[in-house]
Amino acid sequence: MRSAGSLAGVSDPSGTRISTEAVAKVAKLARLSLDADELRRATDQLSDVLDHFADIDALDLDGVEPMTHPTPISNVMREDVELECLDRDEVLAAAPAAESGRFLVPPIIGLDD
Amino acid sequence: MADSMESPTPTTATDIAWNVRNNLVKATDVIDRHLAAIHDRDGEINAFNTVTADVARARAAEIDEGVAVGRDMGPLAGVPIALKDNMCTRGIPTTCSSKILDGWKPPYDATIVTRLHEAGAILIGKTNLDEFAMGSSTENSAFGPTRNPRDTSRVPGGSSGGSAAAVAAGFAPLALGSDTGGSIRQPAALCGVVGVKPTYGAVSRYGLVAFASSLDQIGPFATTVADAALVLEVISGYDPMDSTSIKPAVGDGTLDLTRQLEWGVAGLRVGRIADLPTGASPDVAERLEQAFDALRAAGAEIVDVQVPAYGYGLTAYYLIAPAEASSNLARYDGVRFGMRVDAADTNAMYMATRTAGFGDEVKRRIMLGTYALSAGYYDAYYGRALKVRRLIADDFAAAYEHVDVLLTPTSPTVAFPIGDKTADPMSMYLCDTYTIPSNLSGEPAMSVPFGTGEAGLPVGVQVLAPALKEDVMFRVAAELERAAASLVQGLEPA
Amino acid sequence: MSETSTTGGAWSFHGYELVVGLEVHVELATRTKLFSASPNRFGDEPNTNIDPVTLGLPGALPVLNRQAVELAMRLGLALNCTVQRSTFARKNYFYPDMPKAYQISQYDEPICIDGWLDLPDGFRVGIERAHLEEDTGKSTHKGGAGGRIHGSDYSLIDFNRAGVPLVEIVSRPDIRTPEQAKAYVSELRAILVAVGASDAKMEEGSMRVDANVSVRLPGAELGTRCEIKNVNSVRSVGRAIEYEAQRQVGMLEAGEKIRQETRHWDENDGRTHTLRSKEDADDYRYFQEPDLVVVDPDVEWIERVRSALPVLPAARRTRLAAATGQPVDGEAVLVVTERGQDSYVLEVAAVGGDAGRALVHVKEAFADQGDRPRVPASDLAALTRLEIDGALTATQAKQVLAEIVGNGGGDARAIAAAKGFEAMDTSELEAMVDAAIAAAPEAWAKFCAGEGKAMGALVGAVMKASKGQADGKAVTALLNARRP
Ligand SMILES: [Mg+2]
Ligand SMILES: [Zn+2]
Repeated sequence: MRSAGSLAGVSDPSGTRISTEAVAKVAKLARLSLDADELRRATDQLSDVLDHFADIDALDLDGVEPMTHPTPISNVMREDVELECLDRDEVLAAAPAAESGRFLVPPIIGLDD
Repeated sequence: MADSMESPTPTTATDIAWNVRNNLVKATDVIDRHLAAIHDRDGEINAFNTVTADVARARAAEIDEGVAVGRDMGPLAGVPIALKDNMCTRGIPTTCSSKILDGWKPPYDATIVTRLHEAGAILIGKTNLDEFAMGSSTENSAFGPTRNPRDTSRVPGGSSGGSAAAVAAGFAPLALGSDTGGSIRQPAALCGVVGVKPTYGAVSRYGLVAFASSLDQIGPFATTVADAALVLEVISGYDPMDSTSIKPAVGDGTLDLTRQLEWGVAGLRVGRIADLPTGASPDVAERLEQAFDALRAAGAEIVDVQVPAYGYGLTAYYLIAPAEASSNLARYDGVRFGMRVDAADTNAMYMATRTAGFGDEVKRRIMLGTYALSAGYYDAYYGRALKVRRLIADDFAAAYEHVDVLLTPTSPTVAFPIGDKTADPMSMYLCDTYTIPSNLSGEPAMSVPFGTGEAGLPVGVQVLAPALKEDVMFRVAAELERAAASLVQGLEPA
Repeated sequence: MSETSTTGGAWSFHGYELVVGLEVHVELATRTKLFSASPNRFGDEPNTNIDPVTLGLPGALPVLNRQAVELAMRLGLALNCTVQRSTFARKNYFYPDMPKAYQISQYDEPICIDGWLDLPDGFRVGIERAHLEEDTGKSTHKGGAGGRIHGSDYSLIDFNRAGVPLVEIVSRPDIRTPEQAKAYVSELRAILVAVGASDAKMEEGSMRVDANVSVRLPGAELGTRCEIKNVNSVRSVGRAIEYEAQRQVGMLEAGEKIRQETRHWDENDGRTHTLRSKEDADDYRYFQEPDLVVVDPDVEWIERVRSALPVLPAARRTRLAAATGQPVDGEAVLVVTERGQDSYVLEVAAVGGDAGRALVHVKEAFADQGDRPRVPASDLAALTRLEIDGALTATQAKQVLAEIVGNGGGDARAIAAAKGFEAMDTSELEAMVDAAIAAAPEAWAKFCAGEGKAMGALVGAVMKASKGQADGKAVTALLNARRP
């Protein structure tokens, strides 16, 4: 359930649903960079969408089972049987960069292990 | 089909397949005719990202050879079909109308591509869409907007606007789109064609580039209800490559539709949602009333029902869909395929690539979804949205205790002018008010052209049905189609 | 580094006690990957075992491998876990070896929960959960300081390992000494191999151990823990935990705070190093994987798997200990069971051999023989019988055994005869003893005066006279008997 506390961090003085700080943090998580007014615009637009959530905030949803799948199927499994693999050269040819049969990326830093 | 035998240039998929299979018309001629139409007018409409002329001509020749030696080349033999450019086609660019996938050629085919091929259908091109299917106007495309063939100053709707426009403009008798919140039905309504979102799991999603996995469903566009039924019978059915594909107790899950189209609606109970969200323009509302009248006249019983949570669908959807999308679109990281903007380290490369590769609407939804899932807000937003989704499904189930199908408008308005809603995302989102709930419940729904509204533009009526009740839904749609023909003077071909 | 005191097995350092929980990742021994049909095979050419799902290509969808689920159930049941209805979730984070930028894992509903593992000495370690998840690809760092990630010029990614089925086994923080941690890992490894869930090769990375280490003063609540990664041998599990615990005690005594962080064990300098601080904790945005459905094994399936479980190492050790009269956590029982030669020893006993002697011989001489020794059980049985009857001394038995092992079998009696090993009758031996006493009166005097050392000279003399054939015990007995 939404508690006042859980949103305290996002409601900024202007009273909107989400602060520019929160949007900046979210953009970083999503690996997107926004300049100052992109950030401002995004904050307004996201707040606008989130404001519509007020009507759902008003609902009493206690005891309602969250619906994660449209159809309640279970136990869908495949047998442990090999099928043909993709052709490495075809795949690597479509890669931005490759070397000796592997995908090449810039130095891995600024990332968690 | 009697008249189709005389028809020198069949236009519907049903007639084309019948004539080709009976060696009365050459698939190669059918393809040339449609390629010519594309050549003449797609510069203006921009329905296609890629036209697969050579592949199509080659396949048409194969079909003709097969027919010549008496082989059955399948229920869609020689029928040109356009695919939304978010369906993987081996060796043929699949861009999702995004810079980040520009030029990417999948090393594999989507399941529906294989099924269509085996049924004799011929891929004629890949159609434009709102980037990654996020939009309701096909204006959010890296390759420019698609125009509505019925009024090129207006949008075709979206996100499958290219497919809708291609069928409306006669570029192809059939097209496939994907529908996550109305992306097949709304453009179908705005372009004056039939558009179907099947039951979630009825058509395999394998090879459909994901937007929101628990909502996405592939479905057809066609000029007639019969054509839509014909192609849906081909693409539906259980697929072991899609864990969410429905495996029926009996049979292979292929929908049985075409033979029931003439059964009529006598004795069917058609629901009118008394508490349906307002906002439909008067012309659209009037057409809906005429639709109820037509069905009553054909022997259906009109029953008032309540679906209280219907109105919450839009809000729930605009958290659930972006949440799933934020995860589905994380794989566009410049490592294995598609676009990369180089940078000093991997993290900087991610930032540069994704910032340059995605358009504004996509970024907006990725951020919204990332926020909805992030620590501290999950329960407040995503968690609650999933509970509302349950309410909607339960409300539909309760309504279907009393009725066989429900009838609503497809879109609140007819096609709107290009640029009208681009500045205000929320106004664009409101286009999906009537279509979203059946994506959340996973149940089938389709839009049928039903006369015209403001400025003589097409209006669509939406038929909703319980899961896997496509057969009943199509019977009602067929009745509406018959009624629409006599209603106003039917739509002129665009 | 100063010594820790280990009284009664308990670890203590400057009055602090140790608290350890282990997270062990094991690669399951399936043919194909967890969610796709490309091979799960170690050591192939890079990027040859790839498919649209493995690479996270647009449009690809995961389909769960039934065998992976069954192996997870097998090891869960072997760890006394409850197998339950489970779901998959997406753990979202960006890293080049993680193709979709999310790992499909089990989050709030894992397939196995609430089990335990008993160490050979009877100490019980709780198992919190064992869940299924997919492995990542492998990065190789080029240029810079020789393969180290920092200062490298670029990295190369191989996705053969991406999507390989893993089970992550999370223990409760019950472990109190580095020795227990090592024993837990060895025992878990033995169980994994026994049930055929994994080859559990730490050196090949098919079994990976992360240790959550904290220290506290007895009675205090849990201290801040650090997670130690890259511990890739049983030995380094002990070393890494010992080092880390003392490091933490040192910090606390210096009045510093322990930062919750992930640390990297460096085999070379024998230290742990900060990998990353968890202060700005990662936000993985877990949510249920919409492309997969619930896994809810029915009772029939669970019971079928349970009834197919082999006898587990602990039960085998108990059986062997009972048969041989050795302690259940004694070295011989542990080693022989570890090698899978316990059933062989029982077989030797079954064909009339002496289990105790057989255990000793197998432990000493069968190290390279695997779980199906070439030597026929009856041959070893015959040898142990000759020993028990006193027909062969221990020394002689060793030599006969060496020849039997060398030839992959043989008749102990015949070999002994060929070596001229005749059991001496006591009169012959007594004569030699008397001769030895007569030949070394001063040694005999000292011996009688109670100087133990002196006995050595006398026994040695008898041995010399008997060309090593005399039974040492018998000689000692005779000498004592003659002492006034
Ligand atoms: Mg872990
Ligand atoms: Zn893990």
